[in-house]
Order: sequence, then structure tokens, then C-alpha cells
Amino acid sequence: MSFDIDVKQTRSGRPITLFCRTDSPLVALVGPSGVGKTSILNMVAGITSPDQGHIIVAGQTLFDSDTGIDLKTARRQVGYVFQDRRLFPHLRVRANLAYGRRAAMSMDMDDVLAFLGIGHLLDRWPHSLSGGEAQRVAIGRALLSGPRFLLLDEPLSSIDRDRKAGILDAIDQIRRRSPIPILYVTHDVAEAERLSALIVTMHEED
Amino acid sequence: MIAGLSPEEWIVLTLSLKVSLVAVTVSLPICFCIAWMLARWHFPGKLLVDALVHLPLVLPPVVTGWLLLLLFGMNGLIGRWLSDVFGVTLLFRWTGAALAAAIMAVPLMVRAIRLSIEAIDRRLESAAATLGASRLRIFLTISLPLALPGVLAAVVLGFARSLGEFGATITFVSDVPGETRTLPIAIYAAMQMPDGEPIVTRFAILSILLSLGALIVSEILVRRIARGGRHVI
Repeated sequence: MSFDIDVKQTRSGRPITLFCRTDSPLVALVGPSGVGKTSILNMVAGITSPDQGHIIVAGQTLFDSDTGIDLKTARRQVGYVFQDRRLFPHLRVRANLAYGRRAAMSMDMDDVLAFLGIGHLLDRWPHSLSGGEAQRVAIGRALLSGPRFLLLDEPLSSIDRDRKAGILDAIDQIRRRSPIPILYVTHDVAEAERLSALIVTMHEED
Repeated sequence: MIAGLSPEEWIVLTLSLKVSLVAVTVSLPICFCIAWMLARWHFPGKLLVDALVHLPLVLPPVVTGWLLLLLFGMNGLIGRWLSDVFGVTLLFRWTGAALAAAIMAVPLMVRAIRLSIEAIDRRLESAAATLGASRLRIFLTISLPLALPGVLAAVVLGFARSLGEFGATITFVSDVPGETRTLPIAIYAAMQMPDGEPIVTRFAILSILLSLGALIVSEILVRRIARGGRHVI
């Protein structure tokens, strides 16, 4: 099973819930802005904890309120590509990419640089990158950390139309090259369909 | 001897630099810990700790010196303990002058470091955690480098404040030539002399040059660090 997620969290009096059990390697969470899609990713990454429920990814229990399991973020081996990218501003692209690298488990660096087309950016500072370049570096950094699963939070937001196709191709390539499960957040159903993902729609809770 | 300084004036200058350097070096880690605690932790009595840290900033320096005398004097709680256990006395010693300078510099240093810690984007720390970094590694590789401009500013502010420290120092360790006579105390002593005007002028120029130099070095360092980019992309 790729994802077995059944969580509930209340934030600022607003409930966020998700139930999803699937073998699909690519799951797209879709729904309107503010419905809690990023909150779900943060729970899966361990940045916040659900109030109750469980999160099992690729057979490993990351959180279970019944048994008290709550793995620390650093131990979840998650590759998280944030919507705001979060490249480290004081480190060049090379150091950003190498930050989480686990040599024994990572994808080959040259391979990642080649298929993301970021080899020429290694000596640049993050603030000098365009939106598309920064997004590809963020994806590369996540892949090189040797993740057991990937979380992609609106990876095409704030990227111009020409660059979107390139990022979608890169995600397609990741799926073909690596068998790790991917949880993909978007508010654009067409984007999810383009990736042939299993679509899970989130709605506002009353 | 440099720039026409007499041996006595040279002693005053080196003593002032020594006192300020020791004051800043010893107080820096303590200031960082206090700043981190105030910026990141929530605990009962935080307001009181914050007020106590900033107290030397608003107290008359003479009162701070008097409190140091009460605590670190021969009959003071800490002074007697230091003397009995380690055979160390701070009274009338340059180490006492360094302690007084450090106490007076702490509020400024804590404030500068705290502001830089509060300005760190916590989202970068959570990003580092998702990449498998331990809390110690996140601190050493993300938080500390991002707080560095504030730490540098604190060092310079603390150094400049220590160089200019007068009230608490003269109250706590008095004016002992060659031991506690720092630049401001030497200026004050020279002003009491009928023919001390040229000495006052030279020391005043020296003080201005030292303070300006420290500020310029700090600005250069901060700009060099900032050149690496501070925007979250």
C-alpha cells in the first residue's frame, strides 16, 4: 500500500480531515485554496501532528495516535518540495542540493542534474534563480536526500506557462525512474489528470 | 610606542582593548543563549528575565557598579566564594573592569542577537528537518549562519560599549593606573589635572578612531555576509 492516511486535525477551530487508502504510486490532492491540502502534507512530513488518526506510507507507520507513534520529521525520510521552495539563502545551489544527501540511498547526482537541467546553476545563489530554476533545484534537493516518498506542494504555482511543461516532464521522469510514492497537491484538476494521478478531492468541513 | 603615545598612554590603550575584548568574548556565548531563550522559548517569568537583562541599560551605571561591589566585593556573596575556592579577586583588577564592561554591554548584545534570531525564517529550519538534519545540525548550519549578521553587530556594539564604559567600572574597581585605568577613566583623570588638556584630546581622538574603526569593520563584515543572499527562494 502506497498511502494509508486517516487523519483529523483542528486548526483555528477549523477541522481538516483526510481518508485515503491506495496502492496508487501517485496521489493528487485537489481542492480549493484554504481547504487544508498543505496542512495534510505537513502532517505527513511530521512538521505538525494530527489530533488523531494514522499515517502509513509505503508500509511504514509514521504516525498513529492509538499506539503513540510519531516519528520525528528528520527520521521520516521524506522528500518535501515546498510551495515556497525554501532554498537556503546562505548556501549556493550546490550546497543546497547536497544538504540532505544520503550517499548510499540517493539518486545519482549527475543523473538528477541532467534530467532536471540544473547542472549550470551549481555555483549560483538561490536569490539569483528564476522561479522555474528554483523549483527544479528544490525538486533536485528533495530527490538527492534519498526519500522513501515525495511530497510535492503545488510545484507549478508561480511558474510561467512555458516552464510548467518542463516541471511536469521532470515529475513524470521521477515516477518512471524511482518507485517511491508521491503525494501531489494542486488546485488544478487538469494538472493531476496530465500526470495520470489518483485524484483525491478535499472539501471544506462544516 | 605608536602615533606619539607615551608609554603610560600606550598602557591605557592596550588595557582598554584587553578589557573590551575579554568582556565581549566571555559574554558573547552567554548573550547568545539568553537571546535564544527570549526569542524562542515561552516560560513563566520571561518578562522578568527580559527586564533584568535590560536593567543595566536604564540603571545609573554607578548603581550597577555598586551592585557589583555588593556581589563581587571581598564580603560579597560571589566575591567571597571566588576568593575562598579559586583564590580569585576581581576588586581593583582588570578582570573586574572586564566584568563591569560585560554587564553594561549585555543588554545591547542580547537585543541585537535576539532581533536576528527572531528574523530567522522558521520555515527554513523545518525544510532542513525534512532533509534529515538533526536539531544540532539545523542550529549549526541554518540558524547560526542566518543569525550571524546580528551576532557580528552585537560584537561590535558590545566592544564599543565596553570601550566607553566608565560609571560602573570606576565604582566597582576604581582608578588603578596600569590595572583598571581604561580610556574613559584616563580621560577623566587627565581632566582633573591642570595641564591635562593635550592628554584628554589625544585620548578622545583615539576613542573616536577606535569606535569608528569597529563600526566600519562590522559594516563590511555584515555586507560581505549579506552578499550571499538573504531572500528565501
